[in-house]
Amino acid sequence: MNIYGIMAIYKFEMARTKRTLVQSIVAPVITTSLYFIVFGAAIGSRIDQVAGVSYGAFIVPGLIMLNLLTHSISNASFGIYFPKFVGTVYEMLSAPISTLEVVLGYVGAAASKAVLLGIIILITASFFIDLQIAHPFVMMVFILLTALSFSLFGFILGIWADNFEKLSVVPMLLITPLVFLGGSFYSTDMLPEPWQSISHFNPVLYLVSGLRWSFYEISEVSVLVSLASILIFMFGCLAVVYYLFKTGYKLRG
Amino acid sequence: MEVQQQAILRVRDLNKTYSDGFQALKNINLEIQKGEIVALLGPNGAGKTTLISVICGIVNLSSGEVSVNGYDIIKDFRKTRAMIGLVPQELTTDSFESVFNTVAFSRGLFGKPPNSAHIEKVLRSLSLWDKKDNMIMTLSGGMKRRVLIAKALSHEPTVLFLDEPTAGVDVSLRKDMWEIVRGLKAEGVTIILTTHYIEEAEEIADRVGVINNGEMILIEEKDKLMQKLGKKQLILDLRDSLSEIPAKFADYNLELSADGGQLIYTFNTRGDRTGITSLMDDLKSEQIAFRDLNTTQSSLEDIFVNLVEESS
Repeated sequence: MNIYGIMAIYKFEMARTKRTLVQSIVAPVITTSLYFIVFGAAIGSRIDQVAGVSYGAFIVPGLIMLNLLTHSISNASFGIYFPKFVGTVYEMLSAPISTLEVVLGYVGAAASKAVLLGIIILITASFFIDLQIAHPFVMMVFILLTALSFSLFGFILGIWADNFEKLSVVPMLLITPLVFLGGSFYSTDMLPEPWQSISHFNPVLYLVSGLRWSFYEISEVSVLVSLASILIFMFGCLAVVYYLFKTGYKLRG
Repeated sequence: MEVQQQAILRVRDLNKTYSDGFQALKNINLEIQKGEIVALLGPNGAGKTTLISVICGIVNLSSGEVSVNGYDIIKDFRKTRAMIGLVPQELTTDSFESVFNTVAFSRGLFGKPPNSAHIEKVLRSLSLWDKKDNMIMTLSGGMKRRVLIAKALSHEPTVLFLDEPTAGVDVSLRKDMWEIVRGLKAEGVTIILTTHYIEEAEEIADRVGVINNGEMILIEEKDKLMQKLGKKQLILDLRDSLSEIPAKFADYNLELSADGGQLIYTFNTRGDRTGITSLMDDLKSEQIAFRDLNTTQSSLEDIFVNLVEESS
């Protein structure tokens, strides 16, 4: 195994974060704080508890999930798209490194950054609410699996995209609406039919629900179903990545 | 007993057809020995970069076989790619990285453990050491080209591909590059370069290959190629102009200049007899006197242009 190759990609990607610290870390933290001020303090103070949890606390898992998803995707997609865009991808394609190793480098770095961000948001949340985490281990499992799966998804997006518009259209037009409609800021019980039933087709609901269970032991679907869905999604993405490298899709002519 | 040199690169019946149906390489066969410098010449779009890209693993081959030091580039890609360094044609660099870091990145990517001493040696040999902490975006085009060479040498390759290494660089830098290439050859590195500059091939290559329309028209030792296909001309400045070439000289390959003041004799360097002595004797017997004479030899460029025109 080309350990040095994996480390080179990983370190390169992490160094990129250091260069763009404001965009990568500071901006999401400020945005999250604004969510807490607006939803948690201003609007939340006029909302009763949701499923026995204060509204400010209720939205924490949703906010973490929102950031995990968007940043996993953007980190990984940009990580592989940019070398394609500037042409430096030639080096990776001509290096003695396998598909799995490339994925470990790029996706590992993107997921690490997303997990780090998730933890920072958790710490930020603790300044605004009285934070309780019923199952910290399960929480970490959900955060890790979500970051990994959506980093893989972002990696696929980065290979598929051949312009910056395509790169941003999926997170903007697909992921953000799914997160907002996936019970991040409300319980789907609060929705009228048929929206309540329709929302069960939203995969993000399962992620938010699973993560929320790890905090407050309340969920909209079984935690095992949540876990199974994220695993299925992750292996699906892995299969697609393997196929892309095997065929050279949009990478090797 | 003659010791046979070991081929470091073997290409057998290589074909590449892109998804749009364009056949970029047609049945390419090529064998390159250890320590050689081979220049691949060809007009734009001839297939030179595609050939390099296939060998390096950037482009998938359609059919055929390629091996590096006996290892197949697909089955044993780790071994073959670890042996190869590639300097691409385009100045593709990570603008925001420092010179040292980008070279260290390349070394790691190619599976080698960190080795600051080696990177320092490479950077010093390319006059880049004092720029090691500079961001690549602040460097000139020539310096960026050197950075690409440093990246390609970071993992100590035994085969180096240089795709248009001196495209767009000034004359002095071009000569520096040639020195670098000669230095690498002295260290035992096999070098395959593509170039538009015939002068470059003439200056540094041991063998020259000519590619046109995806076909390898020929590959030959440079000196033999010059000897085989090169023509020489003897130009005689006549004391008295002639209106026509006398009948006695019908067997000679002679031309008369438009003003009748010069006789031009074209002869082949490959022949044992050039015919110059008998021409001189016949000129004397016909009392055709000349004031001056000089000879010209066709350059590799002339040979290249003729070959490409013939194959087209």
